[in-house]
Formats: sequence, C-alpha cells, structure tokens
Amino acid sequence: MKKTYKIEVDCANCAAKMEEATKKTPGVVDATVNFMMLKMTVEFAEGADEKAVMKQVLKACRRVEDDCEIFF
Amino acid sequence: MTRKQKKMLIRIVIATAMLTVVALLPTDGWLRFSLFLFPYLCIGYDILIKAGKGIWNRQPFDENFLMAIATVGAITLGEYAEGVFVMLFYQVGELFQSVAVGKSRRSIGALMDIRPDIANLESDGGILTEVDPCDVPVGSVIVVRPGERIPIDGCVIEGSSSLDTAALTGESLPRDVATGDTVISGCINLSGALRIRTERAFEDSTVSRILNMVENAGARKSRSEKFITRFARIYTPVVCASALALGLLPPVFRMLVLQTAPMWGDWIYRALTFLVISCPCALVISIPLGFFAGIGGASRAGVLVKGSNYLELLSQVQVVAFDKTGTLTEGRFWVTEVNPIGMSRERLLEYAALAEGFSTHPIADSLMRALGSSPDLSRVCDVTEIGGHGIKAMVDGDAVAIGNARMLRDEGIAFAECDAHGTVVYVAVNGVYAGFILIADRIKATAKQTVADLRRIGIRRTVMLTGDAHAIGEAVARELGIDEVRCELLPQDKLSVVEQMLEASPRERLAFVGDGINDSPVLSRADVGIAMGALGSDAAIEAADVVLMDDDPQKIVCAIGIAKKCMRIVRQNIVFALGVKLLCLCLGALGLANMWLAVFADVGVMVLAVLNAIRALYAGK
Repeated sequence: MKKTYKIEVDCANCAAKMEEATKKTPGVVDATVNFMMLKMTVEFAEGADEKAVMKQVLKACRRVEDDCEIFF
Repeated sequence: MTRKQKKMLIRIVIATAMLTVVALLPTDGWLRFSLFLFPYLCIGYDILIKAGKGIWNRQPFDENFLMAIATVGAITLGEYAEGVFVMLFYQVGELFQSVAVGKSRRSIGALMDIRPDIANLESDGGILTEVDPCDVPVGSVIVVRPGERIPIDGCVIEGSSSLDTAALTGESLPRDVATGDTVISGCINLSGALRIRTERAFEDSTVSRILNMVENAGARKSRSEKFITRFARIYTPVVCASALALGLLPPVFRMLVLQTAPMWGDWIYRALTFLVISCPCALVISIPLGFFAGIGGASRAGVLVKGSNYLELLSQVQVVAFDKTGTLTEGRFWVTEVNPIGMSRERLLEYAALAEGFSTHPIADSLMRALGSSPDLSRVCDVTEIGGHGIKAMVDGDAVAIGNARMLRDEGIAFAECDAHGTVVYVAVNGVYAGFILIADRIKATAKQTVADLRRIGIRRTVMLTGDAHAIGEAVARELGIDEVRCELLPQDKLSVVEQMLEASPRERLAFVGDGINDSPVLSRADVGIAMGALGSDAAIEAADVVLMDDDPQKIVCAIGIAKKCMRIVRQNIVFALGVKLLCLCLGALGLANMWLAVFADVGVMVLAVLNAIRALYAGK
C-alpha cells in the first residue's frame, strides 16, 4: 500500500534526513520525500497499520529534524 | 511571506537595531558581554535550541550545530560583535533561501495547477449539481461552462467551443471541438458551454495521470542527486574532524615542537571559520531544486519527464531511433498527387471521390478530404465493390472504375503503370484510362527540421524503424536526412533491432521515439523511451520515460534541449558551490579568511546556487 502525505519542513537536507529516518521505521517498505512538493510518499509493508506506523515515522523524523510536521 | 518568515524578519530587524546600539555603547568587560547577549539570543535562540536538541538526539552534525559552535566560539574568544553578526547574517541568508524556495515552489505549483476542483454533474432531469470530480461515475453527463476546466476525459455530446490546451501541451493555439469530439481533462473551455459524456473515472483521466507523474518524478533520483546525498553523509563528519584537528594540532605542535606560544585563540578562530564555510546546504538544496525546476519547465513546454534520472539520461542521448508512422509521418493517408489525363484535376478527383463515396476505406476518407466538401451522393448509383481491386460505379451516367493496377488489367483497360511511392489509385471513365491519384502517408511538416536540429544539438546518429517496404522507407529517410533506416519490420522486430543497437554500442545512450501504438516494449527497453502525442494512450504513458503531449516532432529537440540546459545548471552549481567552498576552506585554514567571508561562503553561495537552479524552470522558453 502506498500513501502520500503532506509535510512541512524547512530545508532540503532535513527532508533528506526525514526520508532516511522514515525508511528505517518498521512497517515501511520504502519512502520518498519530495522537498519541492512538500510531500512524502510511504509504501507500507503488507498488513501494517497505517496510523500506528505513521506515528512511529513522525517520531523518527522529529528525532532527526525537530522542526518537521507530517499531516496524516 | 509565511508567518514564520515574517516573524524571522522582525527578529532580524530588532537584533540589527540592538546590535548597532550595543556596539556603539562605550562599555567593556562583563557588562559589554552581557549587553551583547541580548541581540545574540534574540537572533539565535532557536539555532541554539535546535543544536542542543540535535546533540540530545545524537544527530549533532547539522548546520545548527555548526553555527552554534562557531558563534559561541567567537564570543568566547571575545569577538562579541562578530559572533552576533555571523548569526545575524546566517539568519538573513536562511530567510532569503526560504523565500526563494517558497517562490519557486509556488511558481512550479502554479504551473501544475491544472487540477479541476469541481464537476457540474447533470442528473437525468437535467439538473446540475457541483460535485467533486472523484465522485463522477463513468458514462455520466457533465457540463463545462466557458472559463471552466474540463475535469474528466470524455466525448462532447452537445455544443462546440475552442479549448485552451496550453497547460497540457504547451501549444498556445486554441483547439476547436464540436459534438462527437473527444476532449481531455485539464483543458480550459474558452467560448461555449459543452455537454460531455465522461469516458473515464477521474483517477484515470489525463489530468490525474499527468499530476501523478510529475509529483512522483522526485522518486526516481538522478545519479547527481544520489551523489550529493552520499557526499553530504560523509562530508559533514569529515569537515568537523578537520576543524577539530585545525583547532588542536597546530597549537599543540607549536607548543611542544617549536617551543613557541600556542596562539590558541588564533587557531580556534580559524577552526570556527572552517566550520561555518563547510555547511553543505548549497549543494544539498540546489541540485534537487535544479532538477525539479527542469522537470517543471519541461512540463510547461508540454514535455513530461518521469524522473530526474531520465532528465539526466536524456541530456546524454547520442542516438535517436524513430518509429516512422505516427512519429515522423502523420499516420493518416493524404492525396499527394493528382495526375489526370484528358480532364481537369478537380474533375478526376471528383469522379474518384464520388465512386468511393459509400466506402469506409481510409483511401475514400483521404479522397473526401482532398475534395474539400462532401460529395453529392445522389449522383452515384450501381456501386460494386470488388474486394482487393477497387470499385465500379455509375457517376453522372458515366461508368467509373477506380482501383489498383490489377483492377484495370482485369477490365482490359490500357494504362501506364506508375511506380511512385505510396498507394496509386487508377481511374478509368467509360473504359478509358483517365489518370491516377497518389495517396501516401504525409511526412509531418516539422519532421525534416527536427532531424536537422537534432544533429545541431549533438545527436550523432538518427535511425528510422518502419514496417513499410524498402522503397518507401528509404525515400522517406532520404527526404528527412536520416542516417540509417530499417524497413519491413514487424512490431516484435523493432524490439530486437533496438536491442541489437543497444548491445552494439553500450556506451551510447539511445532514445526511442514512438507513438505508443504497438511499440510499448521498445519504449521501455530503450535507455530513454519517448512517447509522442500519447495523451490518449495508457500503454504509452506507462511504458515511456518521457511523454510528449502533442505529436509535433520538434518537441523531441525541445525535450533534449531542456535536459541539456538543466544538466548544465546542475553541473554549474556543483562546480561553483564546491569550488568556492574548497577555496574558502583553504583560505580559512591558512588564516586568510575571516568569519565574514565564511558566512558568504555558506549563505551567499547557497542563495546564488538556488537562484541559478531556478533558471531551469525557464529552460523551455
């Protein structure tokens, strides 16, 4: 399952870091952050609970970039 | 400006005012230090907090950390004004960058603002309701008023209008549509109201597919982008380690080996300068931004690129292989020559068109178009169609026989056989040969110019692949100036020919241009698959890497041109940013650069690189 979320982040480097962090979150198969469109596309693992995974993703992203926001 | 940016602007103004006042006050010692803390904390508190959090989260190597260390260091060394000013300048640069990025984001966004918000759905009783385009079932009737955007692909069932297709094709000339025409979503209805029967769901409509493609373009990263990400990952720790070494080793060396004063202050200042210069932001932001702007600029010109990797490949293309029909030629038959004997051109054409009047064959269609008006079919009677030969009919009381050479031979009519390229239609009236009409697929008006332009922009070889006979294929290739031609290919042969070419010269990047009709496998196999005029064809959009929105071959030149320009800008940015950084790093290490130059090397370079990257947005012009 693939889903796209709107995000808020200030710099391109931070966006790249968010992408790395999201990819490492359990339940996520792949992720891309598009800094220009301010969008994040997450591909979830089979049977993963989207909301729960996204909570973890946000937590992981906050750890690398305190100032970010993901709308899910 | 957003609220965040406005707040930052206010902070910058206040801090500047405070800094000026504090710097002019004749104080010294602890008083001076505490006074300088006001502007410093006013401008830099968020940076300090972020740096602290970064350390807490064990992610210390970011720009906040660099700036915090550098400015705190400067202040500790007694350079109060410099410490505050560096922070101030950094924030000004950040603000500028944020505004510039926001602006380019908006201008690219505006460019892609082709998403229709509503659809006017007509119910059975003829009542209109505004609904979300997603909720319109296939086969329902929608009304598009002048000024509105067509939300869903469909077929016009009532009304006529002209459509502005510029957002989709880059073509500024409006396109006229009337009842029975197929219209694609994303076009703006200019003049009259249209009733449209939808043929697709919103998700499958052209506009959704295009937006999807452009938005997902970021997922396929180019080699340059991947390089930058990898580069940034090792770069920051290396620079921090070097700075640490620069601050520690020389003083220790001076102390222990040279037995002179260590000059700690001097070396730590150099190390701090080194840190400020080193921030990789200019690269990290300007490279993806350059590609993004390039893809945005291309889509404005009617060229959809599915990812920055394809933009990169496209700029390296050296061989272009074309499918003939529908790409270089129109894929429609036209009367190219009328050669009457003993009567006028018009008369011969009229006889032929009337005799073919009841036929649905493409040849009949091209005769009608050449005639310019639909013929009065009441003048025709006794039509007999002889399969594989032609047609016999009575036109105005004259017995007309029209068909191929075999037909006339069977009829026993004497005629001179013609070996022109294309389909020759012979006409006999009352048993006497009256001349022939030549029908051929017409070469597109811009095809020849395209081949010449491709050579001009550095394409080494052009190849044409066609299913046509040798005579026709070679004649077309000669006329267009194409280097190599492969004829009599079945659709599956095209794939093997392209594979052979890829194997024969693996270094040369090969682009294949097709119209997506039975050449999808070739489109996906080539280094870059370019589908032409593919707005209607799902398979082509799926298989191709680059989609040209209309069927003008000149767009191929345009696409390659945009790709080249975009890559040039990206390369300029890499060289410029790295070059300035390395130079400043050397100067900093030697003690020749002060903090001011360091901040320029960081923020100034970044702003210049961002501005340069935005140029790619206008590459299509």
